Amino acid sequence: MGEMLDIAFISGLIGATMRMATPIIFATLGEILAERSGVLNLGIEGIMLMGAMTGFLITFTSGSIWFGVLAAAFVGSLLGLLMALLAVNLGLSQHVSGLGITLFATGLAMFIYRLHFGSPTVPPIIQPFKQIALPVLSKIPLIGPGLFTQYSLTYIAWMLIPVMSILLYKTKIGLKIRTVGENPVVADTVGVNVTLTRTLCLVAGGALMGVGGSFLTLAHQNMFLIDVIGGRGWVAIAMVIFGNWDPLKGTFGALIFGFLDGLQLRLQGMGIAISFHVFLMIPYLLTIVALIGVSRKAAVPASLLKPYRREEKGG
Amino acid sequence: MIGFRIVKREPLPGWAKVVIPIAAIIVTLILSAIPILIAGGHLWKSYYYLFYGALGTRFNLLETFVKASPLLLTGLAVAFAFRAKFWNIGAEGQLLAGALTATALGVSLGGVPQPLVLPIVIIAGFVAGGIWASIPALLKTKLKVDDVVSTLLLNYVMIHIMGALLFGPLQQPGSSWPRSSAIIKAASYPILLVRSRFHMGILLSFLAVFVIWFINKKTTFGYQSKAVGVNVRAAHFGGINTTAVILWTALISGGLAGLAGVGELCAIQYRLIMDISPGYGYSGIVIAMLGNLHPVGVLFSSLFFSVIIVGAQTMSRMTGVPTYIAEVIQGMALMVMLIFLLFTEYRIRVVRK
Amino acid sequence: MANPKQPVVRMSSITKHFLDVTANKNITFNLYPGEICALLGENGAGKTTLMNILFGYYTCDEGEIFIKEEKVNLSAPKDAISRGVGMIHQHFALVPSQTVLENIIIGADSGKGIFLDLKSARQELLQLQERFGLQIDPDARVWTLSVGEQQKVEILKALYREVDILIMDEPTAVLAPAEISDLFSTLRSLVKEGQSVVFISHKLNEVMDISDRIVVLRAGQVVAEKKTADTNTRELASFMVGRDLLEIIEKKTLNAGQPVLEIEKLDALNDKKLLALKSLNLVVRQNEILGLAGISGNGQKELSEVLFGIREPIGGLIKIDGGRLKFGNPAAIIKSKIGRIPEDRIDTGLLMDLTVEENLILENHSSSEFHRYGLMKSRKIHQFSEDLISAYDIMTAGRDAVTKSLSGGNLQKVMLARELAGRPKAIVASQPTRGLDVGAMEYIHQRILQERERGAGILLISEDLDEIFALSDRIAVLFEGAIMGEAHGEEASREQIGLWMSGVKK
Repeated sequence: MGEMLDIAFISGLIGATMRMATPIIFATLGEILAERSGVLNLGIEGIMLMGAMTGFLITFTSGSIWFGVLAAAFVGSLLGLLMALLAVNLGLSQHVSGLGITLFATGLAMFIYRLHFGSPTVPPIIQPFKQIALPVLSKIPLIGPGLFTQYSLTYIAWMLIPVMSILLYKTKIGLKIRTVGENPVVADTVGVNVTLTRTLCLVAGGALMGVGGSFLTLAHQNMFLIDVIGGRGWVAIAMVIFGNWDPLKGTFGALIFGFLDGLQLRLQGMGIAISFHVFLMIPYLLTIVALIGVSRKAAVPASLLKPYRREEKGG
Repeated sequence: MIGFRIVKREPLPGWAKVVIPIAAIIVTLILSAIPILIAGGHLWKSYYYLFYGALGTRFNLLETFVKASPLLLTGLAVAFAFRAKFWNIGAEGQLLAGALTATALGVSLGGVPQPLVLPIVIIAGFVAGGIWASIPALLKTKLKVDDVVSTLLLNYVMIHIMGALLFGPLQQPGSSWPRSSAIIKAASYPILLVRSRFHMGILLSFLAVFVIWFINKKTTFGYQSKAVGVNVRAAHFGGINTTAVILWTALISGGLAGLAGVGELCAIQYRLIMDISPGYGYSGIVIAMLGNLHPVGVLFSSLFFSVIIVGAQTMSRMTGVPTYIAEVIQGMALMVMLIFLLFTEYRIRVVRK
Repeated sequence: MANPKQPVVRMSSITKHFLDVTANKNITFNLYPGEICALLGENGAGKTTLMNILFGYYTCDEGEIFIKEEKVNLSAPKDAISRGVGMIHQHFALVPSQTVLENIIIGADSGKGIFLDLKSARQELLQLQERFGLQIDPDARVWTLSVGEQQKVEILKALYREVDILIMDEPTAVLAPAEISDLFSTLRSLVKEGQSVVFISHKLNEVMDISDRIVVLRAGQVVAEKKTADTNTRELASFMVGRDLLEIIEKKTLNAGQPVLEIEKLDALNDKKLLALKSLNLVVRQNEILGLAGISGNGQKELSEVLFGIREPIGGLIKIDGGRLKFGNPAAIIKSKIGRIPEDRIDTGLLMDLTVEENLILENHSSSEFHRYGLMKSRKIHQFSEDLISAYDIMTAGRDAVTKSLSGGNLQKVMLARELAGRPKAIVASQPTRGLDVGAMEYIHQRILQERERGAGILLISEDLDEIFALSDRIAVLFEGAIMGEAHGEEASREQIGLWMSGVKK
């Protein structure tokens, strides 16, 4: 047990927590944006997988890792647009549209990957992101090395948290987004374009989800595997509920998940004699338990899941 | 300027319910040309091999039925749950729960009289799937936990339970792979047609279509579960015990998915492996939607998807289009069907601004 | 200001269809500057539709609109707002979770840049409040405000957008008498400041009180246009309904019998977990209608929900025919023979996507009469539903018609048929005629009176004082979750009831 408490272990655990929280933070912020505008995007898991695949493919072919990230964002926003077309413009069931996108994007990601790489015995790899140690900060004893020796995408994720908070609560567009999500009739009557607002939120949210997915193939690993997302999109959906649709609280949930994910990796690395599958299970179980606690006070946007059509009247 | 508005339309006649899914399938097949062409496949050859591979020979045709069985069961599972607005996205996990239970019994029931083994395995698999589905149903009704999220997350929990068991107590002695020992002969489904894999489970899944239709149409429970699905508030107001209805719906839904797992184990793989299901539970969602949540509709849509999945193998071999085309087509089919369903209730009106 | 002779709004030959219903048929409507014009008509006459067209919320199928002598093409409310037209709907267009200030500035961005400029917006709002005498805390969350205050927020929201043509849709429906006179003085001061107002209503007395001119709509057409000074309620009523007289209610004299519904010290929380019913006591007897008046939000919803079995109280007890009622269990309540007419028939009462038959059997489907071992006896069910359809004269394509295809009046008949089929001992009717046209309203009233004669005890919860006075043997007033006062039907005066509704005890 002494080994568990040594400094290297703690520092490593902090680092792993930050790393493993990164894709969840991106995805959670993307989902918060969509849901605050009134659209539940269950396409998230598929969008992340497409992001992961596209990021990997473009980096592999172009040699530029940032190109890969941009491509992942672009593909994510396209799928967000598709979601908007189905769930906002056509007003289809958000549940089913989102699941449709996930199924479609999952199939598409694997299809394109196979198309390009065939079925090689050894999976192709890329040169992944390198961790950057921030000067001074990374020298802080105990927590410094873990917190401040990270991938650039992790730093970006952390910067996006306050950006999203300010966007939602302090800007004009933020008030519009929140109003559209709470009561689209109100927004419509004061001249806010409900369809456009929701579409933009889904597109921007999709880009964030795509980048979140690409972190897994460009930083966490250096290859694309079919189960690389492994339900992290669904975890992000849960984190949004857990965080009461608030960027700061949602991120806190993502950190807990990252911690458990990181702990699992660490313990696995130390050869502790419990099947690693048990550890892999814990984050999902705890997420469910966390949902029990929050569901009663949930501040769900009042128009979530409700498509908006102006002229709907029987008589 | 010209704009579009979506407005309500007069209800369509009954035949539209049959025509619309067929039209959706045709449109999906046309759209499938895009990924085929991108993959560099020859268009007509690809379509030819898609259907030849699924229907062209006796063996292929029977394989299509073999593949349809789990799709039909998960499709029914999802359709039955969705009808009551229990958003069961967890058929995948429930399928695994069924397969896992069947494995545990199938390797250990050597001492039980042979004719009893298979019925025990089937019932236990059904119950296991049902219990796994009742967890999110309880969370939904008692603790108001969103069922979409909880059923999804429980899929991953079940995958890891299976992983832990396949690396632990259920692992085949001496093997370093995550796989179980083979089940005993008495626990496997009888093969009904020679030189094929056409097994008893296929008949069971057809029987399930009738049973679900009967429950929906003829029983008070079917009425109650429809009422809960249409408006849970009004159903509660009218004196229906909505908690019990959702729970029973979940048990039956999960049980059907569990049966799919039993079938895959006892008629196809004979031993549990990690990839026992290539995502049948998720395909079940598409199938249920394409079948308009009606058992007979689900029967036909599962056959259609089975054709696509089985045919894609041959198509891939002959034209080089990756087999994952089947998944792409599934996703497209769902979206096309959704759009078609929309236009059964609404129409687009052009407005000049 | 525009030329006083020229209308500030001119709508000519407006026609609007919804599916097979023609909501507005060739309507011509003018609004003159500085006037309060009442748009009078019963529910479904097309008043709101017409004004939604002027507000750009609906687009008309035919016709032309001129605002301030300029022909306009309104494709969205923002087009109307930019031309000075504002509309306050019956259901307020406010976001309860946001502050007053946020609700007011949404979409009316002041200041440059991407950030909200709350400081100058607040300044501007306070000036408006000063000018029109509408005092509201800008930082209060809207859900904490009373209905009257929320209406003020709506008016301020319109004024903030520099609206000078204000449409108010049934603004008094949810207000207490005192709040109504408050609103009227606000409207008068608005007009003095140069506003023009359209006042949509179906209440004759109010229209006579507040308006300068009255336009009457019936079945989607203009049937009369009068200066208020040149008409009277009698004449207006005949225009509105198309017959000479309004409803005559003939009530047999009956002596109230044994208590059938007794409520003792009932305490219940509302959705926000605040105390909504405070030690409430009520008794309803056989052959008696107890009218429960009160302004919406004083516990009516919670009381009816407790009696419907869909809300569990935190204290007290209810007795039906002397037997203690089990709380929070609709099935138990159905068994103890309470007929329940919910205020929200579409969301709570009926299964709109199922057939008429499936709605009629909802409460009986699990009785042994209609099933054996869980299998439904379809022949008996068909017989039962067809009997009810003819007994209640429900206009439908048949028992297999989808319920949502029925008109509002027929929906309520389905509701009544189902609830009265079991000959209930007590009936709880919450806003039973809200949103119905006069014909349907009369039918429902007659049915309620028949039930009274049959021997049922009826608790009539209504915000419509006319209805309360017309039907009730006794009138009680609910204020802040308790009974403020009680009077016999014949002895009660409107003034007294109005005071009780505002919480004034004399």
